[in-house]
Amino acid sequence: MSSAEIPLPAGRHAAEREQRRIWWLVAVWLLLSLAACLVIWFVWYPHLPPGDMTTSARHQQFDIAVLAVTAAPVILGVFCYFAYVLVVFRARPGDDSDGAPIYGNAKIQAAWIIGTSMIVLWLFVFGTVELIVPAGAGAGEGASPIWKQSGAQTVAWTPGTNDILQVQVIGQQWTWSYRYPQFGGMESTVLDLPVNTPITFHVTSLDVIHSFWPYLLGVKADANPQVDNVAYTTARQTGSFIVRCNELCGIWHGAMTSNGTVMTPVAFKVWATAVQAREKANGTLAALPPYALTYDPTVIPQLGKDLVNVVGVTGAPGYFYGPGNPVTP
Amino acid sequence: MSLTARVAALIVAFLCVVGVGVFVAVYYIGSANQLPTVAYTASGGVVNVALQEDPQNNSTTTPDWVTYYTQDPTTKQWLHTTLFSVPAGTRVNVTIYGYDGCTPLRNNYWSKVQGTLGNVVTVQQFNKNNRPLGLTTTESLINSWATCSVGHTFAIPDLGLYVPVASPNAQNSVNNLCSNSPCTPASGGAYSLEKFSFMSPSQPGSYRWQCLIPCGGGFLNGNGGPMQTLGWMAGFMNVVST
Repeated sequence: MSSAEIPLPAGRHAAEREQRRIWWLVAVWLLLSLAACLVIWFVWYPHLPPGDMTTSARHQQFDIAVLAVTAAPVILGVFCYFAYVLVVFRARPGDDSDGAPIYGNAKIQAAWIIGTSMIVLWLFVFGTVELIVPAGAGAGEGASPIWKQSGAQTVAWTPGTNDILQVQVIGQQWTWSYRYPQFGGMESTVLDLPVNTPITFHVTSLDVIHSFWPYLLGVKADANPQVDNVAYTTARQTGSFIVRCNELCGIWHGAMTSNGTVMTPVAFKVWATAVQAREKANGTLAALPPYALTYDPTVIPQLGKDLVNVVGVTGAPGYFYGPGNPVTP
Repeated sequence: MSLTARVAALIVAFLCVVGVGVFVAVYYIGSANQLPTVAYTASGGVVNVALQEDPQNNSTTTPDWVTYYTQDPTTKQWLHTTLFSVPAGTRVNVTIYGYDGCTPLRNNYWSKVQGTLGNVVTVQQFNKNNRPLGLTTTESLINSWATCSVGHTFAIPDLGLYVPVASPNAQNSVNNLCSNSPCTPASGGAYSLEKFSFMSPSQPGSYRWQCLIPCGGGFLNGNGGPMQTLGWMAGFMNVVST
């Protein structure tokens, strides 16, 4: 005769006590989860990286906060149950008897499957929306972006309008430079941008793979040779930021940084126009290759020839000349 | 296997791992520190730095790598190092002897002189007999793609200093480059003499400098070998307090 058929009074009391403890556990978990979510949302969220300097950064900050709020109850549930098991649901000293047999529990299994499925589906839907709405979330979308940023594609850029500012980011071991096609294709070692303006980055490389990472802008796009990788953002605040390389690219990878500034549209226009005029005057613009989305570094556009075929060129990337040949690269 | 044998095996394995670690540290990290640092001191409020870039070098391991040399201000000897120090907040006059032939820039933007006083350099060409060719010219841009006139660059990105270093005239340099490093004006190679000045930062620190031309011949994209090794086409300028 088993105890399941004729429950003993002591067993019934134990089961009721166990159920009360479970409800206590659930209550504690709910309270802790509520407190954690409130702290995350109202205290931690405003200080989460990467800040809210741009639309993409702001969305990333929002994403991290939402994910933290989603994860907090799950983590706390694990910790609460862990604490419950350590303190309550355990063998007492001197108790060498077997534990109660475990049988399937349809309610628990269903709750587990439905709960985890809901969380995964929520993350899928939320992640997809947050990828689409901010036009790729500041990530490189390749040469043909699926989610494009709204704004007017113009040859010349005018402050105070919805004109998209195009900026080409060129990675080279081990430095960055930036071309502005709407300002005559002028090039700069600093990345200056206007605030409240839709910006399109065209990221490429002249040698190995780099990764354009202006952390505070919430933008990160791989710089691949002969690939135009497009990323979008809109700056919301003025201020300075640093551009880093986020792809191990050689001995000076860690030092491959440059500076940038988000300024007012009028100040940006003044700066860009001045650089364009200066580079036109000193011959830099004429020396640069015509603006293109990618460049073949083995070809000199002005000469229309491969480097190795140009008369007088004594070296070229990847070509080896022995010490016996005095015309060494 | 007995307990003693197991313990012995464990100790031997442990010592092997430690030994490999020590070897790597001594062989690689230790050897990296063997580069001497040339200390330049100010005189009359300025400091004079002299460098040269050669198509080859006098090492026994990689004699066909291009390299920079730094001149010791006291002995006037050319040292195979790219580490030098200058006082903080001082005008730095740099002289670079360009003994290597031209290699086109990957990005011709670096043809523009940036960050020097006046954003210019002066250039004088010499033939293999150490006779000047033409007059000394002041340049704000040495178009690497127009006449293939740039050998290497001297860039300190953190200071916004980007200087294209003129090469010997392309036609003049064919079969006329110095072939015995470190080169001297009298060693029988055509060369360019380039001078420029910039202000060292007011605060002490270590500033890396490098060549922006992929001049590592024989390596993928020209960016291996001397481009990736301290003491060849890249180094550090240490700014020390005065």
